[in-house]
Amino acid sequence: MPSDIAVAPPAVAPKPIADPTLSPEALKRLESMAAAARRRRRLQAWLPWIVIVGMFVVWEAAVQAFNVPQFVLPAPTDIAASMVKWWKPLLDNSWQTLMTTLIGFGLAIVFGLLLGIAIGSSTMLYHGLYPLLIGFNSIPKVAVVPILVIWFGIGTVPAVITAFLISFFPIVVNVATGIATVEPELRDVLRALGARHVDIIRKVGLPRAMPYFFASLKISITVAFVGSIIAETVAANKGIGHLMILASSRFDVPLVFAGLIVTAIMGVAMYVCAVTLENRTTGWATRGQNDQQQVKFGGA
Amino acid sequence: MERPFVEISGVAMRYGGVEGTLALKGTSMNIAKGEFVAVVGPSGCGKSTLMRLVTGLWPATAGHVVVAGQEVAGPLSIAGMAFQNPTLLPWRNILDNVMLPLEVVEPHRRLLSRERAKYEKQAKDLLALVGLGGFDQKFPWQLSGGMQQRASLCRALIHEPALLMLDEPFAALDIFTREDLWAVLQDLWMARRPTVILVTHDLREAAYLADRVLVMSARPGRIIAERKVDLPRPRNLETTYSPAFVSLVHDLREYISAARKGEEAAHAQ
Repeated sequence: MPSDIAVAPPAVAPKPIADPTLSPEALKRLESMAAAARRRRRLQAWLPWIVIVGMFVVWEAAVQAFNVPQFVLPAPTDIAASMVKWWKPLLDNSWQTLMTTLIGFGLAIVFGLLLGIAIGSSTMLYHGLYPLLIGFNSIPKVAVVPILVIWFGIGTVPAVITAFLISFFPIVVNVATGIATVEPELRDVLRALGARHVDIIRKVGLPRAMPYFFASLKISITVAFVGSIIAETVAANKGIGHLMILASSRFDVPLVFAGLIVTAIMGVAMYVCAVTLENRTTGWATRGQNDQQQVKFGGA
Repeated sequence: MERPFVEISGVAMRYGGVEGTLALKGTSMNIAKGEFVAVVGPSGCGKSTLMRLVTGLWPATAGHVVVAGQEVAGPLSIAGMAFQNPTLLPWRNILDNVMLPLEVVEPHRRLLSRERAKYEKQAKDLLALVGLGGFDQKFPWQLSGGMQQRASLCRALIHEPALLMLDEPFAALDIFTREDLWAVLQDLWMARRPTVILVTHDLREAAYLADRVLVMSARPGRIIAERKVDLPRPRNLETTYSPAFVSLVHDLREYISAARKGEEAAHAQ
């Protein structure tokens, strides 16, 4: 029995001959607004590169102008020269750091997801484990490295574990939050259907936690680099951290800076990977933000 | 005489232990199978609590709730629910949202993967019935509030529940959309005849939709008045201007005023 008040398709009105929005002036205005929007988008795409290049230019100029000695602050050109000179060790060691970080990060994802789901699903576990987790997270990871060295010796393992420890917490907390904050009404709807706790977690909790999870990946991947490099500076014979310690002991400051820049590049690259993954999988959570490319007045 | 489908006798509900708030006290009502009952009352009178007791989401502190001849001891698996907030899942399109109950309720749960086409047709037919035909691949945020609420109604009905619980489902909508949806809900009910308990504070809504209107007192809530609505169906907007309808709403308003006065008196003590 179709309702007579159902949504009717919008009636197609015959187009008035003189549509004021299509007059020559209006068309010109629409065109100029569209052009302004295009310019703004182009600028937005280039802005990061302009800022980065600008920073290096200012840096170079300042070092030249104030005659800063190279062992205090090397000029970007010195750093670039050092990068070209030492490209082989830089590549080897950054590969080592990248692998170490990704293994630690991968472990953090697996265990973070599992523990996050467990904590988010059970109030008992949540209240029981949360204080302990906060405690663990408050421990400076630098202080843990010597202990890891005692247990595992010098090498890759302490760096992997440090990367894991440092990137684990954000994932747990975010996943747990996503699952624990399912709307009570939605829970009622499902429970009144006879849904078991597992059903609610699977159908609602997990999908709902995914945006939280991917947001945490962005944080985690960058701090994972911090973890592995800290460990490498203390206890490793390979990796960017190790390279920087060696370089600084020889007062080769440009090489130290080269290591920092390589690390930053790796961090940004991994971050971009995480963002791409996020947009692909949970586009529904950032809805609307991609549709806002309509023409607007002024510099909105 | 046939046994009522929902029997509530002497139900009380107290939150938060012995010293807690008494939300319901000595509430009793019987609802026949296929009947459409509206529960109205001043805000905070325990209407929503009543709903959760009937569906077994919460246990009652005292008294009995019997549904379909069975004492309610845990969540029923035969109820469909819709709330003021449409609570659609943003990562699912409308069709998948509506089909969510089928993934949970037996026997559909077992049959779903095998007979997906049949179930999808059912869901699309239901969506067409509420005026959402052709919107099944849209996502909730692409729809207006009224359309989301229509989808939410479909989700509550897709598994053909024997009992439909509606907790102020149209409260957040503007008056025109609300009146549209009254007609939609009436159509759905007349087509399928589930037993409906509608909790609302809109007296016109109650009078338009229900066979019987129950008025609850202020907290602790109990039923203080009951009115049969004898207006012929299907009712439409014209009905709401008929003298019988107007005087019914007027009477209901009087009951509510009395209930609220009682509350003020209780506070003054």
